[in-house]
Amino acid sequence: MEPSVTRDLALAHGLTAEEYDRAVQALGRTPTYAELGIFSVMWSEHCSYKSSRVHLKKLPTEGRRLIQGPGENAGVVAIGDGIAAVFKMESHNHPSYVEPYQGAATGVGGILRDIFTMGARPIASLNSLRFGSLEHPRTRYLVGGVVSGIAGYGNSIGVPTVGGEIYFHPSYNGNILVNVFSLGIARLEKIHKGTASGPGNPVIYAGSKTGRDGIHGASLLASSEFDAASESKRPTVQVGDPFTEKLLLEACLEVMKSPGVVVGIQDMGAAGLTCSTVEMAARAGTGMEIDLDKVPLREEGMTPYEILLSESQERMLLVATPQTERRVREVFAKWDLDASVVGRVTDTGRVRVFFKGHQVADVPAHALVDDAPRYRRPSARPSWQEALANLDRDVIKDIEDGTKTLQALSTSLNLCSREEVYTEYDHMVRSNTVVRPGSDAAVIRLKGTKVALALTVDCNARYCYLDPAEGARLAVAEAARNLACAGAWPLGTTDCLNFGNPEKPEVMWQFERAIEGIADACRVLDAPIVGGNVSFYNETEGKGIHPTPTIAMVGFLEDVKGALTQWFRKEGDLVFLLGEPAGSLAGSEYLALLHGLEAGRPQPVDLAREKALHDLVRAVRDSGLVVSAHDCSEGGLAFALLECCITAPGAAVGAGINLEGKGRLDEILFGEAPTRVIVSAPPEARARLEQKAHAASVPVHLMGTVGGSRLTVVAGGDRVIDLEIAPARAAWRAALAGHLKS
Amino acid sequence: MKFGIVVFPGSNCDHDVYHVAKHVLGHEAAFLWHKDTTFAGVDCVVLPGGFAHGDYLRAGAIARFSPIMKAVEAFAARGGLVFGICNGFQVLAEAGLLPGALVKNAGLKYVCRDVYVRAERQDTPYTSRIKQGTVLRIPIGHGEGCYYAPEEGLQELEEKRQVVFRYCDESGQVTTGSNPNGSLRAIAGICNARGNVLGMMPHPDRCAEEVLGNAQGRRIFDSIVYAWEQARRQRI
Repeated sequence: MEPSVTRDLALAHGLTAEEYDRAVQALGRTPTYAELGIFSVMWSEHCSYKSSRVHLKKLPTEGRRLIQGPGENAGVVAIGDGIAAVFKMESHNHPSYVEPYQGAATGVGGILRDIFTMGARPIASLNSLRFGSLEHPRTRYLVGGVVSGIAGYGNSIGVPTVGGEIYFHPSYNGNILVNVFSLGIARLEKIHKGTASGPGNPVIYAGSKTGRDGIHGASLLASSEFDAASESKRPTVQVGDPFTEKLLLEACLEVMKSPGVVVGIQDMGAAGLTCSTVEMAARAGTGMEIDLDKVPLREEGMTPYEILLSESQERMLLVATPQTERRVREVFAKWDLDASVVGRVTDTGRVRVFFKGHQVADVPAHALVDDAPRYRRPSARPSWQEALANLDRDVIKDIEDGTKTLQALSTSLNLCSREEVYTEYDHMVRSNTVVRPGSDAAVIRLKGTKVALALTVDCNARYCYLDPAEGARLAVAEAARNLACAGAWPLGTTDCLNFGNPEKPEVMWQFERAIEGIADACRVLDAPIVGGNVSFYNETEGKGIHPTPTIAMVGFLEDVKGALTQWFRKEGDLVFLLGEPAGSLAGSEYLALLHGLEAGRPQPVDLAREKALHDLVRAVRDSGLVVSAHDCSEGGLAFALLECCITAPGAAVGAGINLEGKGRLDEILFGEAPTRVIVSAPPEARARLEQKAHAASVPVHLMGTVGGSRLTVVAGGDRVIDLEIAPARAAWRAALAGHLKS
Repeated sequence: MKFGIVVFPGSNCDHDVYHVAKHVLGHEAAFLWHKDTTFAGVDCVVLPGGFAHGDYLRAGAIARFSPIMKAVEAFAARGGLVFGICNGFQVLAEAGLLPGALVKNAGLKYVCRDVYVRAERQDTPYTSRIKQGTVLRIPIGHGEGCYYAPEEGLQELEEKRQVVFRYCDESGQVTTGSNPNGSLRAIAGICNARGNVLGMMPHPDRCAEEVLGNAQGRRIFDSIVYAWEQARRQRI
């Protein structure tokens, strides 16, 4: 027996009393049990963006190459010759904490579906991961599970994972972050959207059968805080089947190959059949009639409520035409997949659902999507924020041994090599990977063209914690700088905004400031937002994470041969710093690691100067003046120089560096600042490089020469670093495995 | 010449091999659907990398029952060139077209990175342009690539000179550190006694162009073309 619908039941579904009243008003009566389920998922934070929507409007979503901005399954950017890049990033945080392997795996599955739903073939993925400290008992288990889950799904379906980032911080102890990005390529005319137009058209369900897994996965698991009981929510985590998704991918792309066969298509992800039917009808201004008896089921005795809310993976909803319905069924049959007509498009504006001959739901599509609650939640600057900005440098003891400090940083959990992780991901399948993981940005070529795309994902959450607006600006600036260091200019940005509980004014304040920062930086750096995702309620037992607005950016290279990497290439080349040498201890990795301090206001970014620097890097690349370029970020100048020496896939090479700086040694070597790039260039290029830098008003400093087997740094006349490269490289490479060994 | 690339459900590197055959080598290429029972006009059948049928059981264990495999077996029996890369090697081993088995990597994890292999003989169609002892840098990407056969089987392989590629270091030395998956006798690729069927775990299809930073894998494809042209001349 289905429970009768009351206000209390609505509260248990995560709706507020006001939201329940609003649902009753939209229907003009008390909802049925199935309808209550529909309202509760559609108006969940995860699906409705009810706390973020008013703020997201401030993001720049216009650009001359932008074909599709936020609101569809993924963003679309034209890259010339009739080709489009389709990309998006999403979070799968809570499921991955509850069940790391399946949580991460289905995160990858979900983002891939968002891409091929649009008619694009996914060709590269990235991920951005945050874990708690190694002292936390679950951290190692979570790292192992998440990495294997991403590998298990991505490798099996044959989409390379070409880059990403991993950071560890105690604020993620009870709430890890798993953000996954995917990029696909399509001919512009083959782009499909999630619209159910044409009353009378058949609605087709394709892919895996529906089971009881994942009910309320998105709506409840991702839309409320965590507590001790969260582990008992394991059954709400979906289970991934990459093989079925691979078949679904091939079948969908085959059926979308010829235009006009598919009218609209959307994957069944969060909130499953409910979300896809309602959103597709709402986008087209139509309605739908759905017969649940036609839905392929995995188990017997499923109720309408369960069928509507199931988040079983690897499922798609397509709208065809009466003439093309057969073709759709044939293609799915070829790939051994279920494809069943479950309903028709109507012109009523309502989604009506039938089960065993009875109507179980009759809801207005428009009201569910466009009239969803929207909140301008109260926001207030946290009382502790001001105190964080105070950093008394005088109480911080300067370093005595630059070499030892550099060794400590380069083998630390957050700065050591990620090779241990990325070698578990197939990063070469599809044979397009020109620059593999381990440089500032990955570069993939597009077969049959001269062009290439560069990909990066970045966020320094410590900066965002210390100053959310500046931190967000710095994250966007770093992403764009990483693209520039690969020789690319930005096409567009997708963001994954991971924050705590939006019902807390302090969290809302962080969120609003971060949006402001992203908007500023994306505007100046000409990297519009094409879509993204908001993940609130990243809290466990009242403790929120560091605000983490993850920024993924896609860049364009006219000629794949112009792709740059970060490492030094040739003995005798000169090493230059483009930008001001001065760095700051505020918010630095050095300060956190060696002094246990997270304080100070991160050095702000001057976006106009940042843009000028990126333009200069691309210009000197184009004229062949530089052979490497490396962004100088966490760990400061000394660590960036070491990376230039040790990150080459081939032989490592040393360098002799002379810094002019005066003042604190730790600040000179390990202070952090934006708008700095290390380049290496042949000696004969020096005059032209300096001339171009002067013309662009970008400071340029000759720092030294590539060569030898050691990295030596002289500062203010003293030799402050003297490190043999080969063992330093070995230690940096082996460190992560050592840290993770329990 | 014409390459026929078998597409199993779950094949991932079918497009990569097609690209090398057609656009890098400039030869003909066609996909062969796993449900088909015949094919014609193909000079070399390639079983590409991937996760055929999901490989949830044992890699290649289900793919060997695909309808196309009967035709592939018959083609091999007539002396046709059958080339299995990665998952393709696993399928060939499961189908009994090559001896031994590929089991889980010694490290128990999937591994994707460059490795070095040494060509152990030149007198196969797959190494006709590669001198014995040549070291090639080729990427791997697999979780079940540890070659296993019982001791007698290994001895027979060695006696019949069926080991075509062995993992080694940059200088060509076979060491424990240069073996990425624990393969017995560092076996990276083997052929059948006749030499017309070859399976290898490394991916020459992923390193056949300078733009990818490494074109050494192309030498294997060039060898196939060269051997085929030689054989055709002899027939004429």
